[in-house]
Amino acid sequence: MNIALVEYGAGNLPSVERALSKLGVESRRASTPEALAGCDAMILPGVGHFGALMRSLGERSLVKPLREAVSRGTPLLGICLGLQAMFTTSDEAPGDAGLALFPQKVSALPPADRLPHMGWNQLRRARPSKLLEGVPADAYFYFAHSYAALDAGEAGVAYCDHCAPFVAVLEQGIVFATQFHPEKSGPVGAQILSNFVRQAGNKG
Amino acid sequence: MSLARRIIPCLDTDGERVVKGVNFVNLRDAGDPAALAARYNIEGADELVVLDIAASRDHRPTFLETIRRVAAELAIPLTAGGGVANVDEGRAILRAGADKLTVNTAAIRNPTLLTSLAAEFGSQAVVLAIDAKRVGNRWEAFVRGGSVPTGMDAVAWAHQGVDCGAGEILITSMDKDGTRSGFDCPLTAAISRAVSVPVIASGGADTPETFLEVFLEGRADAALAASIFHDSIQGLGALKRYLAENGVSVRQTG
Repeated sequence: MNIALVEYGAGNLPSVERALSKLGVESRRASTPEALAGCDAMILPGVGHFGALMRSLGERSLVKPLREAVSRGTPLLGICLGLQAMFTTSDEAPGDAGLALFPQKVSALPPADRLPHMGWNQLRRARPSKLLEGVPADAYFYFAHSYAALDAGEAGVAYCDHCAPFVAVLEQGIVFATQFHPEKSGPVGAQILSNFVRQAGNKG
Repeated sequence: MSLARRIIPCLDTDGERVVKGVNFVNLRDAGDPAALAARYNIEGADELVVLDIAASRDHRPTFLETIRRVAAELAIPLTAGGGVANVDEGRAILRAGADKLTVNTAAIRNPTLLTSLAAEFGSQAVVLAIDAKRVGNRWEAFVRGGSVPTGMDAVAWAHQGVDCGAGEILITSMDKDGTRSGFDCPLTAAISRAVSVPVIASGGADTPETFLEVFLEGRADAALAASIFHDSIQGLGALKRYLAENGVSVRQTG
């Protein structure tokens, strides 16, 4: 399978690459529309700032190709900031438009507890999830963020509670995303990546 | 469901090998960082910290290679630092495979460094490390590996550092470091009350009871230790079982 890791100058590409290669899955970096074309699945990793991510995707002319690949049915996994980029806007960068795969927005978590939300937390499942297949209900995942999508309608399949309930796992058709870092979440994180790769392999 | 308290083994290195000492002096060799990282990854560490305590410019390429070797062993987050003085050095550390970087001396000299790092990499990637020592009725921040007093109040500095962009505080008690006499709970609690970001307590780790104390009395979000883990005096699994039995939320792995 041909998995493209969207490279935009920031982010945590090497650790995602490493996690995939430990599963025996090869991936390649894609930083141009040409490199994105023809892939079987895409992963949008993310660390940093919403505005910087969207501007960086814009400078590389990757916004439209990403959206078009999704509408053609190419599976996409967003990680952390890569989940947030799927929404229309974010409190972190109100002037920058997201990929708008989902109509909701990303909000700053209210300061009801320590922020950033940093460390290992559990999930509250709301709907059946393909990404979470085989993952124990009480598993912990690694989070590091201060912004989150508080609502994603039917696409929100699992939530986490810190300062406010927020979307931790997102699934709709061939679009998947996690607010936590599966590549940093030990064996259960590897299971999530493996589930995505399997879904991507099954889609045709 | 709640955020788990973290247990973080720390690898103090001379850039290449893990070293250890008491109160920042008398360093001796304690092993290969990648081998220890692989062990802690399996044993259930929640995160790993690797520091270049020599932090000499000449050895920087060696340390970056150490970060790469350590990161390759991990499926958990990695924090690295030691002598980071500007955004480019921070970027080099993150590119080598760290998820977060620590800054200490350079941030005290120039607090806007925290702002620049947070703007570039996000606050979640910027850990302000503070070495503090009791002086009279307060704690003073020291720099350059604990050798130079700054005259700054450690608690006030933590607060200012968070205002400048730090997303986490790593507070090391110089009085407790290497003594195995328990964490400095009053210091950790004072820092914890002063800031809104997570606080990692360091220095003095010993029995599971000392960890329980720093989570309850010290209000720490995470606790860091080195030699008790390196020397297998304390196992990570047994430590977490003890904490769970005493009502502390921890991530247990098998």
